[in-house]
Amino acid sequence: MINLEIPKKFKPLATQANQVATEVFRPISRKYDEAEHSYPKELDMLASLIDGMNEGSDIGGAGAAGVRRESKGDEDGNRNGSNLSTVLGIIELCWGDVGLLLSMPRQGLGNSAIASVASDEQLERYGGKWAAMAITEPEAGSDSASIRTTAELDGDEYVLNGEKIFVTSGDRADLIVVWASLDRSKGRAAIKSFIVERDNPGLKLDRLEHKLGIRASDTANFTLQDCRVPKEALLGSPEIDTKAGFGGAMQTFDNTRPLVAAMAVGVARASLEETRKRLEEAEVEIDYDTPALSQSAAAARFLEMESDYEAAYLLTLQAAWMADNGKPNSLQASMAKAKAGRTCVDVALGCVELCGSVGYGESELLEKWARDAKILDIFEGTQQIQLLIVARQLLGKSSSELR
Amino acid sequence: MPTATEQKGVAERSMGLGLRWLNRLAGSDLLDRIRIRKQVERALFNGTKNGFRTATAAGRTFKAAQNLGKPARQATGKPRSLFDLSPDDEQQMLQEGVRDFAEAKVRPVAAQADAERKAPAELLEQANELGVNMLGVPEELGGVMHEQAAVTSVLIGEALAHGDMGIAYAALAPGAVSTAIAHWGTPEQEATYLPPFTGEDTPAAALALLEPRPLFDPLKLETKARRDGEDWVLDGVKSLVARPGECELFVVGAEAEGLGPALFVLEPGASGLSVEDEPAMGLRAAATGRLVLEGVRVPAGALMAEGKREAYVECVQRARVAWCSLAVGTAQAVLDYVIPYVNDRTAFGEPISNRQGVAFAVSDVGIESDGMRLATYRAASRADQGQDFGREAALARRLCTQKGMEIGSDGVQLLGGHGFVKEHPVERWYRDLRAAGVMEGALLV
Repeated sequence: MINLEIPKKFKPLATQANQVATEVFRPISRKYDEAEHSYPKELDMLASLIDGMNEGSDIGGAGAAGVRRESKGDEDGNRNGSNLSTVLGIIELCWGDVGLLLSMPRQGLGNSAIASVASDEQLERYGGKWAAMAITEPEAGSDSASIRTTAELDGDEYVLNGEKIFVTSGDRADLIVVWASLDRSKGRAAIKSFIVERDNPGLKLDRLEHKLGIRASDTANFTLQDCRVPKEALLGSPEIDTKAGFGGAMQTFDNTRPLVAAMAVGVARASLEETRKRLEEAEVEIDYDTPALSQSAAAARFLEMESDYEAAYLLTLQAAWMADNGKPNSLQASMAKAKAGRTCVDVALGCVELCGSVGYGESELLEKWARDAKILDIFEGTQQIQLLIVARQLLGKSSSELR
Repeated sequence: MPTATEQKGVAERSMGLGLRWLNRLAGSDLLDRIRIRKQVERALFNGTKNGFRTATAAGRTFKAAQNLGKPARQATGKPRSLFDLSPDDEQQMLQEGVRDFAEAKVRPVAAQADAERKAPAELLEQANELGVNMLGVPEELGGVMHEQAAVTSVLIGEALAHGDMGIAYAALAPGAVSTAIAHWGTPEQEATYLPPFTGEDTPAAALALLEPRPLFDPLKLETKARRDGEDWVLDGVKSLVARPGECELFVVGAEAEGLGPALFVLEPGASGLSVEDEPAMGLRAAATGRLVLEGVRVPAGALMAEGKREAYVECVQRARVAWCSLAVGTAQAVLDYVIPYVNDRTAFGEPISNRQGVAFAVSDVGIESDGMRLATYRAASRADQGQDFGREAALARRLCTQKGMEIGSDGVQLLGGHGFVKEHPVERWYRDLRAAGVMEGALLV
């Protein structure tokens, strides 16, 4: 039965997340935007609270740790599970502050990777810890198949060597999920992810980046030098299966792209809501029944942005819903990420324009959201990478045909 | 409240509806059957030059079949508990049936229908058999749907427009009138006008809100209804009405004196009511025309919903969702057509789809059409559950207007010069998709 409203059972979660965003994130939003690299200690207590929320419910939490594929349905085989609830939680929290969401202890994208592909033993062992994700290298960004970091088996340990950049929460996390190649001659099939403890002596922090936005979140660069991890630190299968190829590693992304799309949806919504309020103060009412072009240019522009927001929001829910129901969603996940990423930037920048110097100045958060927005069209696969994935799927092309 | 047995009956009847149609389609006799209903003098109409007016057809005589006492209305559905994008079994069956129909029967004749500005009569008849024009009719009056069927209507509109938007408009236009009367008609209007829509001999009918002027706003109508004693007298011009010369019934929007925008039921043949041909860029299979009202006198009983503004606004909103469903279906047709084309077409020694400039355009068609679809489903689903859906309808319309147009343009662009010629359907879709942002009224979910 087609229904695109938020299920009632997730309303308390969304309300809670909204309260956190309003009461915790918004008041410290500007503070940590200005104090880049200082740890938002306010989040420690909050993280425990969210752990509690996750423990106490079977519907997943507000963070990234909850995405794991499940197969049983609630009714008529339809399931609204942790992917959907997580997306809804993230939208609310990023309506508060996306930089702070990314700084939430134990809710990193590394946690999603662990949740998506870890064995039960690994879940047991690494559960309750904060995991960051290290994929990008100075010479390999979107082209993650060509990463140069290597992992060599030596007895019961893997030895990792290489350089990683743009590791979100890399300095603060307990664990870093590092992507490395078991055999560089075997291409993408040999790429595996390894869990490295943050205090591993072979893992050296080089520096923290200074950024355009999401300044509350630390972005770390590392060198891995003869970094030894136990054999059990490898996520998924150690076999180099050239047929399955990148599947194992990429499966994580099918689950995490909707989460990043959700972040973009949250930021876009924040910008739109604030702008609507400001426009109303300027006596511009958004009227849904009068044709857009019969209203003021500002209202018409707002409606255009809100319609893109609506599409991004629904594409994001669709991707999460499919994951909850065990439907392959690689196409829809990339569609959601592409649409939400570009919409978020367009909306946030458009809202600054509509609000003029009020939008551009630091007295309000609109300018900050416009800066934060840009990363959401870049990380977890840029706009262009998403379009490539969508195109390959729609056209039935391999990555060698459509490069 | 209906009993459990009654509800089962509804399910079975709905099921029977689809099966009946599939069965019909299997036998070709449907195509050959001769309609009993008196046809309007088409030849005269088709032969008219642009601007030449003809009197509206005096069609059947409508008589109240029963005395209802109070209006019969479809129930709104229970609030759904879960997010769900799967149509239910019944909807799926109807959807598949209409899809097959659109692919096997509609698409092959679409180019000709567009050129001739005429949807084949037997095609419209077959669509009727499917029940597309009775989805809004309550059970008491012979309808098959117990609950409101906006989502079902959207799925059908989408599937039919995948075949052709112009034919879809022609086929679904009568349903807008039955749905309008079922939602906002008085008991007398329902008893008088709805029964014919549930039989085999469904009247051609049109819901006319749009007026020919720039920046048309359906809430500010220039068609006026003034009181004269017990009667209303209507003056104005309605635009892009489907097959107006053949219509046996109209529902017209007019600014009613002392009330605001309102709906009136009109029977053709009334003095002062005439039609003008109005060919347009697209939707040509629907043989669009203008409906001209010059001092058309109707009795007090012609006013619908007591002239309540909410009813009129809801009508505008439901029409927007309906046009979105057609845009979604046509956008999907573009996507389905360009994929094999760009994969087969080679340039510089390889398929053009190996180039990002081409491939990314296809991605965007896919992304935006999916967004249009979801926004449309959301609006319809809220309508069925009795929730406000004005916002969702407006946003879906905005998307279908803007992205639909871009998709139409990309469809032609991806075929290059071949897209510009009539050998391929993309030029028709380019013209048709522009309609989604122009049309108001005319169709309803």
